[in-house]
Amino acid sequence: MVMTDPNKEGRFGEFGGRFVPETLIPACEELEEAFREAWDDSAFVEQFHTILNDYGGRPSPLTECFRLSEQLGVRILLKREDLNHTGSHKINNVIGQALLAQRMGKTRLVAETGAGQHGVATATAAALLDMECKVYMGQVDVERQALNVFRMQLLGAEVEGVSSGSKTLKDAVNEALRDWVATVENTHYCLGSVMGPHPYPWMVRTFHHVIGEEARAQCLKLLDGLPDLVVACVGGGSNAAGIFSGFSDTESRLVGVEPAGGAAVGRGVPGVVHGMASYLMQDEVGQVQEAESISAGLDYPGVGPEHAYLSSIGRAEYPSVSDQEVIEAFQLLSKTEGIIPALESAHALAWVVREAASLQGQVVLLNLSGRGDKDVDQMMEVLGMDEVG
Amino acid sequence: MNSELAPGRMEGFLRSRRDAGSKLLVAYITGGFEGWEAAVETAAAAGADAIEIGIPFSDPVMDGPVIQEASQRALEGGATPASVLATVPNLDTGVPHAVMTYYNLAHHPGHDRFAATLASSGIDAAILPDLPFVESGPWRHAAANVGIETIMLAAPTTPDARLGELCEASSGFVYAVGLLGVTGERAQLASTATEIAARCKGVTDKPVLTGVGIGSPEHAVEACEVADGVIIGSAVVRRLLSGDGADGVGELIASFRDALDAG
Repeated sequence: MVMTDPNKEGRFGEFGGRFVPETLIPACEELEEAFREAWDDSAFVEQFHTILNDYGGRPSPLTECFRLSEQLGVRILLKREDLNHTGSHKINNVIGQALLAQRMGKTRLVAETGAGQHGVATATAAALLDMECKVYMGQVDVERQALNVFRMQLLGAEVEGVSSGSKTLKDAVNEALRDWVATVENTHYCLGSVMGPHPYPWMVRTFHHVIGEEARAQCLKLLDGLPDLVVACVGGGSNAAGIFSGFSDTESRLVGVEPAGGAAVGRGVPGVVHGMASYLMQDEVGQVQEAESISAGLDYPGVGPEHAYLSSIGRAEYPSVSDQEVIEAFQLLSKTEGIIPALESAHALAWVVREAASLQGQVVLLNLSGRGDKDVDQMMEVLGMDEVG
Repeated sequence: MNSELAPGRMEGFLRSRRDAGSKLLVAYITGGFEGWEAAVETAAAAGADAIEIGIPFSDPVMDGPVIQEASQRALEGGATPASVLATVPNLDTGVPHAVMTYYNLAHHPGHDRFAATLASSGIDAAILPDLPFVESGPWRHAAANVGIETIMLAAPTTPDARLGELCEASSGFVYAVGLLGVTGERAQLASTATEIAARCKGVTDKPVLTGVGIGSPEHAVEACEVADGVIIGSAVVRRLLSGDGADGVGELIASFRDALDAG
């Protein structure tokens, strides 16, 4: 097994750790202990899976793309996380964390969100479990994603626009951390990806392991074997961590696809921010840079520490794709399979399309992490009605 | 070189003032903010016992709105670690200097190189609020090798089991975080401010200074009923943001100094 527990300092190799203000260290320790205990408790695990199944819609199907496979010469299987409640894989993690927070006696959740998917998922879990919820969102994203802001408000969450720094996801993380520093006694920080201080990267991956576990069983049933490749998009890297964790002990190639404008692993410069040592986009003195891509959900300058580790030992590879390649893949899947993917997930497909010539005859398992409804407005502006029509 | 044996310049300086019966006052000023050099000198002249110079960072998670804004404006004005540090040797203060910044700015150039740059820039100590005690060993070692003291933060949430070790590892002084929260003035002094200072004083004879949430001279006096001194940041920086300049900073520091001296 490559994707095992981190060491007791929360490290995957040299990456990870717990780089947060001293005030939060006891909260991280308490969370780690509570998570270990809960995950050892079959009643908790059963409750988690029951909610994911009966409320979240799991297991998510594995869909074979017959038309696309024929066109590309690559056999493509989609893990349909887009069909989950709230429209993406994010629900797996928030149900896990909200249940855990409740078990720890916390009454309030705070979360950061970029495009709004994790914020919506957290607001959903808070509504379901009757918890108070506050979501921090960069002011730029608040304006770009008005629909998701309203969605969170409908679900009973308070949304606060963050006007510091670059006014995007990384600043929303800072503000959520600042909130948590002040409210740690009754509040749980429901972090949205496999990032942050230990135990988050490990805990969030564990809650998303269900993706990889189901997909592996589905592949074994369909293929009587394993896929040649497992491909997922990577911003912070939670959906990739979830599906990779079902295959890390196999011969399958693991491919995490970054946006060209947010290629933290691709650039390979180590750094420390948001509680973790990982790869980080930064300038020549160490100021954190903004990521920029067509999908707000991948606009994160860092990456989960376990991905940095998997890259450093050569177990997974992290190529990047351009916005243009993503736009083409977004349309391709829509037209050939009748599935409108999230722009994030379209990154994974864009890589497969670009590399199709070298993948002829192979089987690719692709994590379709979210649906594209949220991106339709943006794509209408990018493409224009005429081009689509 | 072992920093545990002989106190460094910051600690020696603060100990001697404390032992002479004075309450200690440390002023934070954001490096690179317009007019910061004069503010540093004026703060020292008005009675600060040490100066904390902020090196602005893109993601200051421990800072509230006032210091965030000053940091951002300094960055927009082109401030870099090098530009701030290059100025420090020219400052005429007569008191020790600490830098307050975030860990990535030490991690990126590498511990040894960053520590050496501090040492050659007239800096005595470093405060890295996102480098907690449990992660701080390698940095503290590199810093101690070139005579840089590392001031550790002790939080109201720090358990007793770790507080002793943390205070033992801290050099320069022990920074008692006065409340659960980020930097910024508050209407009242939190009850946690005296509690954490008392807990630190119970396990160390190093100077214990309380910071975060010290908004007024009255807060400072109240905090110093237990602590050896206070750190004031947002109150100072707010004078700079509002355009009061070095004179405004000088008046503010003098008001704290007078209150502390009057007890």
